[in-house]
Amino acid sequence: MQRYALNASLLVLALIIIGLSQAGAIDLYVQSVIMFMAINVIMSSSLNLVNGNMGEFSCGHGGFMCVGAYVGSLISMLLFTNSKLFGAALLPPATAIFLFPVVLLGAGIVAALAGIIVAVPSFKTRGDYLAIITLAVNYIVISAIQNLDVIGGPRGLTGMRPAISAMGDVINLPWMMIWVLIGCFGSVFLIRRYISSTYGKGVNAVCQDEIAAEIMSVDTNRIKLVTFMVSSGLAGVAGALYAHVVGYLNPGSFDILKSTEAMVMVYLGGMGSLSGSVISAVVFTLLLEALRPLQIYKWVIVPLILILLMQFRPEGIMGNKELSDLFPRLRKYFTFK
Amino acid sequence: MKKFSRLSLLALACALGALLLVTGCSKEPDTIKIGFNIPLTGDIPKVGEASKYAAEMLKEDINSKGGLEVGGKKYKLQFIYQDNESKADSAVNAALKLIEQDGVVAIVGPNSSKQAVPAGGICNERETPMISPWSTNPDTTKGRPWIFRAAFLDPFQGPVAANFAAKQFGAKTAAVIFDIANDYSKGLADIFKQVWEQKMGAGSLVAFESHGTKDQDFSAQLTKIIDAKPDFIFVPDNYNQVALIVKQAHDLGYKGPFMGADAWGSAELMTLCGKDCVGQFFSTHYAAAGAQGDTKVFIDRYNQKYGYVPDDVAALTWDATRIVLQAIQDAGKLNTDVKAERKAIRDAIANIKEFKGITGSMKFDAEGDPIKCAVVVRISEDGQFTFAESVCP
Amino acid sequence: MEFVFQNILNALQWGSFYALIALGYTLVYGVLLLINFAHGDIFMVGAYIAYFVATLLLGTMGLGPTATLVLAVPLTMILTSCVGVTLERVAYRPLRRKGAHRLYVVITALMCGLMLENGNLALLGASRKYFPELMEKTVYTFAGLSVTNLKVVVIITAFVAFAVLHFIVTRTKIGMAMRGISWDKFAIPLMGIPVDSIIVFTFVLGSGMAGLAGLLFAMAYPVLEPYMGALIGWKAFIAAVVGGIGDIRGAFLGGFLLAFLEIGVAAVFPSTLRDLIAFTVLLLIMWRKPTGIFGVAKHQKI
Repeated sequence: MQRYALNASLLVLALIIIGLSQAGAIDLYVQSVIMFMAINVIMSSSLNLVNGNMGEFSCGHGGFMCVGAYVGSLISMLLFTNSKLFGAALLPPATAIFLFPVVLLGAGIVAALAGIIVAVPSFKTRGDYLAIITLAVNYIVISAIQNLDVIGGPRGLTGMRPAISAMGDVINLPWMMIWVLIGCFGSVFLIRRYISSTYGKGVNAVCQDEIAAEIMSVDTNRIKLVTFMVSSGLAGVAGALYAHVVGYLNPGSFDILKSTEAMVMVYLGGMGSLSGSVISAVVFTLLLEALRPLQIYKWVIVPLILILLMQFRPEGIMGNKELSDLFPRLRKYFTFK
Repeated sequence: MKKFSRLSLLALACALGALLLVTGCSKEPDTIKIGFNIPLTGDIPKVGEASKYAAEMLKEDINSKGGLEVGGKKYKLQFIYQDNESKADSAVNAALKLIEQDGVVAIVGPNSSKQAVPAGGICNERETPMISPWSTNPDTTKGRPWIFRAAFLDPFQGPVAANFAAKQFGAKTAAVIFDIANDYSKGLADIFKQVWEQKMGAGSLVAFESHGTKDQDFSAQLTKIIDAKPDFIFVPDNYNQVALIVKQAHDLGYKGPFMGADAWGSAELMTLCGKDCVGQFFSTHYAAAGAQGDTKVFIDRYNQKYGYVPDDVAALTWDATRIVLQAIQDAGKLNTDVKAERKAIRDAIANIKEFKGITGSMKFDAEGDPIKCAVVVRISEDGQFTFAESVCP
Repeated sequence: MEFVFQNILNALQWGSFYALIALGYTLVYGVLLLINFAHGDIFMVGAYIAYFVATLLLGTMGLGPTATLVLAVPLTMILTSCVGVTLERVAYRPLRRKGAHRLYVVITALMCGLMLENGNLALLGASRKYFPELMEKTVYTFAGLSVTNLKVVVIITAFVAFAVLHFIVTRTKIGMAMRGISWDKFAIPLMGIPVDSIIVFTFVLGSGMAGLAGLLFAMAYPVLEPYMGALIGWKAFIAAVVGGIGDIRGAFLGGFLLAFLEIGVAAVFPSTLRDLIAFTVLLLIMWRKPTGIFGVAKHQKI
């Protein structure tokens, strides 16, 4: 019973959100905030895998999101929509209901492959030198897309959104919300399983002491490679979802600022705490939206709040603890690992 | 500590949730709400500021006279400004917030295409009329009956610049320097390239160089351009970069002319660029110096109120907002139902035969793009933008 | 040939700015192992301080341009140092006292940078500022090369600043203390060295460099805006790391390396490919030399 309690309650939460959006009880603005929140959850929890659990300092997560966003959009345009780029759709648009996971998967796989560019140097390099490599990769991705005029270059790419509306034409459901929630809960589930697997133990070992880990026969290179690929792959999934929510892509949307946002969410939540990343992504997104009426002052007050938070809790909201460590009574109801 | 953190977490979450739900619920009768989706922070805060100032001025004008008269009754105007941080996702949220929570009847903005294209998609889906003052990307309005704009498109402006330069400078060869990360600049550069090579033959465009948005040093690109010895340099860039580019080109020994586009049209250009920009030409929406009638009144009042001559984006926002207001009046009466009112406004904008704005008279084509004239202005010795030529489609 | 020399001159000027900012990064990093992400924005504040000092001296006090310049250099450096030290006292030191993980301090620095940028925007408005000319600009042309006197001044200043810093760090007692802290921050207090004062001194030096860079930058590229420090700050950070962070020779060299790469790529290839090629080359350098050019691999005890 306990084993399924958390998953079941998450499922119920997802169904409630979907039901409310279907009934129109929450308006589109709140829905869109929820969707961006879910995308941010994927971004922060996947970056947490590298920055928190593995103890590296990756600051180019936006680059992988960019790769995923473009690949996902291209697949979706190729398969489901009539576009200038690929001509007529390969498949009837209605099949998107079943085949949309292909889009997410494709985006994730290509982004994971891009993650290798960072993973391989990480065999030899650590810390701030690796940070530069991730930064450079972020720049390279954006610059490469700006030079590809076929997919719009700096003028941006549109045309993936019809895939979502095609689903709505067949069965009238808030499809975008459904996919975003599936992506979000799926990613968090995957990360949770990954951390508690043998690989996850290896990741922690690499974080604590790489040499000792190697002596204990942990294949550190392999751990790093897989972890980087999982992390960047999930960022790619987040990117594909983002592309379909916004309906327009521009390489400029994935610059250092996007990467910094993900970084802030990770450290705000606490390094290495999955529930911390989730909570901080939710809080951060809400904070940004709630302070929107302040206009210019928003971006003075948000950093100020975060600085103050750091002063009072210098280990982030959750430290390196999980919810179940902070509220031991929860263990009665859930098992987290 | 544990107790404290638990409580504070809970309190924070509740407060945020409550804030989100509470904002924008009040409903006042006898007002017309119009939303503004503008970049007050981010890359181009100046654009957002100019838009906001122009809108504020217009609002005060009308509200001081008791409000906008629709069907014999006066309604006060309420303008709601949402900052889109010049980010695409934030613009989507801002648009949705305006539509769903603030219940506006129409949206003015976003200004640049990076935000206008996605926000336009949302507004079109939610059937809310949106009019972008400044966006030049064809995708913004294409296939979207609810979306309009107040600026002319790149495919029109590019040839204006090319033809004028060929005539004025007697140029045979040209060079371009543009901002690769800015879709406006890139689009205009591409069109110019196409037009110029068609006109003058292959190889007449001797250099086609780019830089990034936040770059401040252009010496490598300019060295390359000057080495290719063009008859003039086309610079479809924002005015702040123009100031640096022109100065650095002169430092590197270039003495030929420059030709610019509408993003030059800011009063700040002359404070930043000084005498280096004197005598250069650019195509734009209106000539500030020697303006007459309403245009002059607008410029003088704006200048008096905010202390500088308005940028073209201020003038375009003014026009865009007035188009919306005119449409509300044309519709004849104000519907109490927001959805019906939005529909009425959209139809009224589409039916506008001719709108006399301060940036020239315009009418809308089937895509919602305006058909209007461009002017080429010369920067005079005392820093005025004086009229040189007018080109109409 | 002229083309090549002209571009070398261009790269030297642009590299001087990268180098001056990278020096600030590397000084703080060398002592605290803290990536001070607010440094780019301290540079921006430096440029604005220079602007206010210059307009005040020129306008209100009615001094001549040369006298203004002579006074503006030390004033800007001192005032910018104050900003840097304030950040250290208000934001970084309490965190250090609490023993926070160093990456939390990095995030705090990032937030401080954002606050400086947007606070500036909120306070001063969105209008860009034009920096007054403090130096009669003359363009020297010889053998097809164009050099402004400003360019020469910038390049010379960068080299002098580097020499002074190098002297302070390697030849003085306080420099020895700085190196000591970075070597072992637990043993150093036992030697009777006041760690906090040394750290403050480091911030004074680093921010002073940023102030100097801000002033020179404002003279060379006289358009000031709140976000001007962000991109150049990130790139200078990259330059510092490629050179081998913590080593001031590395930062200096890294700054010029990045500038030569950027300008070289733009000069030879289509300039749209500039970032793509320049950063790929950097990636390859990091691949070959994982600790940067001057960086020394730290041997871990087992």
